[in-house]
Amino acid sequence: MNLEELNALATSERLAQAKKRHHIHVCVGTACQALNSEQIAKALQAELKQRGQRNDAEVKCVGCPGLCSLGPLVEVESRVNGQATTGVPEEDRRRSVLYQFVKPEDAAEIIAHLDGEPVKRLETPLDQPFFTRQTKIVLENCGKIDPERIEDYIAAGGYQALMKVLTEMTPQEVIDEITRSGLRGRGGAGFPTGLKWGTVAKADPNAYPTNVPEGIQSRKFVICNGDEGDPGAFMDRSVMEGDPHRILEGMAIAAYAVGANHGFIYVRAEYPLAVKRLRTAIRQAQRAGLLGSGIGGTAFSFNVDIRLGAGAFVCGEETALMASIEGGRGTPRPRPPFPAECGLWGCPTLINNVETLANVPPIIMKGAAWFAGIGTEKSKGTKVFALTGQVAHTGLIEVPMGISLREIVFDIGGGIPGGRQFKAVQTGGPSGGCIPAQFLDMPVDYESLAKVGSIMGSGGMIVMDDSTDMVEVARFFMEFCMDESCGKCIPCRAGTVQMHRILTKIQEGKATQRDIQILEELCDMVKHTSLCGLGQSAPNPVISTLRYFREEYEKKVNGGQRPEAGSQKSVVSGQKSELEVGSRESESSKPTAHSS
Amino acid sequence: MTSTPTASGRPAGNGAATATPSDRLASDKRYKIIEATMRRHGYQGHGLIEALHSAQEAFGYLDDFTLRHIARTLHLPPSKVFGVATFYNLFTLKPQGAHTCVVCLGTACYIKGAREVLAAIEAEYDVKAGGTTRDNQLSLLTARCFGSCALAPVLTFDGETIGKVAPSAIAQQIAQRLAAARQTQ
Repeated sequence: MNLEELNALATSERLAQAKKRHHIHVCVGTACQALNSEQIAKALQAELKQRGQRNDAEVKCVGCPGLCSLGPLVEVESRVNGQATTGVPEEDRRRSVLYQFVKPEDAAEIIAHLDGEPVKRLETPLDQPFFTRQTKIVLENCGKIDPERIEDYIAAGGYQALMKVLTEMTPQEVIDEITRSGLRGRGGAGFPTGLKWGTVAKADPNAYPTNVPEGIQSRKFVICNGDEGDPGAFMDRSVMEGDPHRILEGMAIAAYAVGANHGFIYVRAEYPLAVKRLRTAIRQAQRAGLLGSGIGGTAFSFNVDIRLGAGAFVCGEETALMASIEGGRGTPRPRPPFPAECGLWGCPTLINNVETLANVPPIIMKGAAWFAGIGTEKSKGTKVFALTGQVAHTGLIEVPMGISLREIVFDIGGGIPGGRQFKAVQTGGPSGGCIPAQFLDMPVDYESLAKVGSIMGSGGMIVMDDSTDMVEVARFFMEFCMDESCGKCIPCRAGTVQMHRILTKIQEGKATQRDIQILEELCDMVKHTSLCGLGQSAPNPVISTLRYFREEYEKKVNGGQRPEAGSQKSVVSGQKSELEVGSRESESSKPTAHSS
Repeated sequence: MTSTPTASGRPAGNGAATATPSDRLASDKRYKIIEATMRRHGYQGHGLIEALHSAQEAFGYLDDFTLRHIARTLHLPPSKVFGVATFYNLFTLKPQGAHTCVVCLGTACYIKGAREVLAAIEAEYDVKAGGTTRDNQLSLLTARCFGSCALAPVLTFDGETIGKVAPSAIAQQIAQRLAAARQTQ
């Protein structure tokens, strides 16, 4: 398919859609699907059929519109009838109604009210802060298009960026555009994406010995990291489920820029729906000539394969992920050499997170300056967060970088339910930390989060209220890291076990001040001597809870007695080591640590 | 690792001394599914995890025979295949019960009381997480986040997601599903 054919398809699809007055969108993301949303879609379709005359309405299964806690969600978008007195073009006079907690038996009522007033008992306002405070770039199509139809994506402007890149831009121009946009890796570490692309593009495929399997014709690779292992994070799942073609387009653009002809999407096996939709998307794109050889009538070839994870958190780390794609145990290896020079089967490899790649097509279409205009000085664009825990509106949100935590938790999230008090918000999963109430007005960007001892992470944001036991939270994450440690390096393998043992001892009330001191020493040691991001960041939840909620630890040791004079020293040394940690981290901002 | 074995040179020919393995491969159609996966990856080592996925999907678990069969076909040492199969949490070398219940212990579920839910099931069915009931009806497993955090605490029963579960009600919900499954049998 070349540009003219793509445009023709987009136009005809848009015309077909314009014929429909009412577009009924039913969310079929994992959360809504678990609540029977497919039955709702069927019931709505049956109802339309039964009424016969309703050819002006269509039911569409779409990805996640975000507000998962009110699911199953149904959105009805209607073209409003009437005279053109307002000066608004006819296609823009639209009315959207969002229905919450929909059941299949509500279908008849929804259809009956298509032309008249919305069904009041099901309606939830679309002008609430949850929607109005968001800026959607990555999620712009989620909840709008049918993820299983390539035509729908193309009608929404899909694959235009790929065509533009292939026909109008050189690979270097693409890299320059991404560099100028200021896009940084969304997997958590925030490495500048343009810089990474440039390194892979310049890398010599013959610099290291390679053993590419037969049948794969490429000497460089692009990998999309969809191994979203952080518990409490589901941003990448939602993008893969709701807008899979965007990821393929982003990967193809990246491949063109760095000179790769083969790509892999590494997805968790726990996301069967995402795998299914990506497989469908790849098949459709191949059939349309948007993947495969001679894309868009040019000489560029690019193929994509899916690889399933098998339940190993460490595979989110890039070198472990590549070992897994090669069919082995997912254990990391020391860097350098970095994957950009010596990656999959010894070839230069670009590894980007799902969300990073999803940002690429809009940057190409709207320009680097547009993207750089959003966010803060050092963190550009938006970030998708999975907002969960003790907060009124749980779900998927996309906000500009630099927004305050308070806005996220209290405006968008609707605050803490049940009249309880906000205590902390946890970002970055097992690699991140807990941020207490005193930092609620802090802007959310890579640097600010690092400054308070947490990380941006892949985007899990778990709100905790005053009933949460912070030592238990630290113990929970340490148990997670202990289970998920791959066992290759000793600090992580043995250190996480020791730290978990001490935390358990504290929880059982058997610990002393000395144990807290040992815990701090262990944190420092594991952080600085582990091989990969898993071990290096495993102590973060302990360090941050010790920093902000130390009194909870103190209360559980020595039967609640105040720390003795001798142990004060450990507090001071603990703080000192954190300062050292901070300075060392800023020195070593090498390509992404833990990417998922 | 690069040579593609011919159809006749594969498992049946270079199998173990007894006639059983080749019989088993020929009579059990599920091996054809694994075979197709391995063929798709050109019988090369990088298809190992995909092959294990197919095998587990077909049989519910990975037994010794199947692992050795995959090792032979992909020309990998059995140690490598066992190493990979035991490294990843999703693969299991033990047969599973007739039904599987997976409780999510991700952060969001944990904060909303997943531990109590798990304890309730453990107490009701006298089974520990990771184990199977004595009557082989129910396997109880745990997972780290399904990504359905809005439904926390959440679990799956034979692949069906059940969200916002209460520790007091979960035993009955599972009992209902077990009874329904028994009736349809």
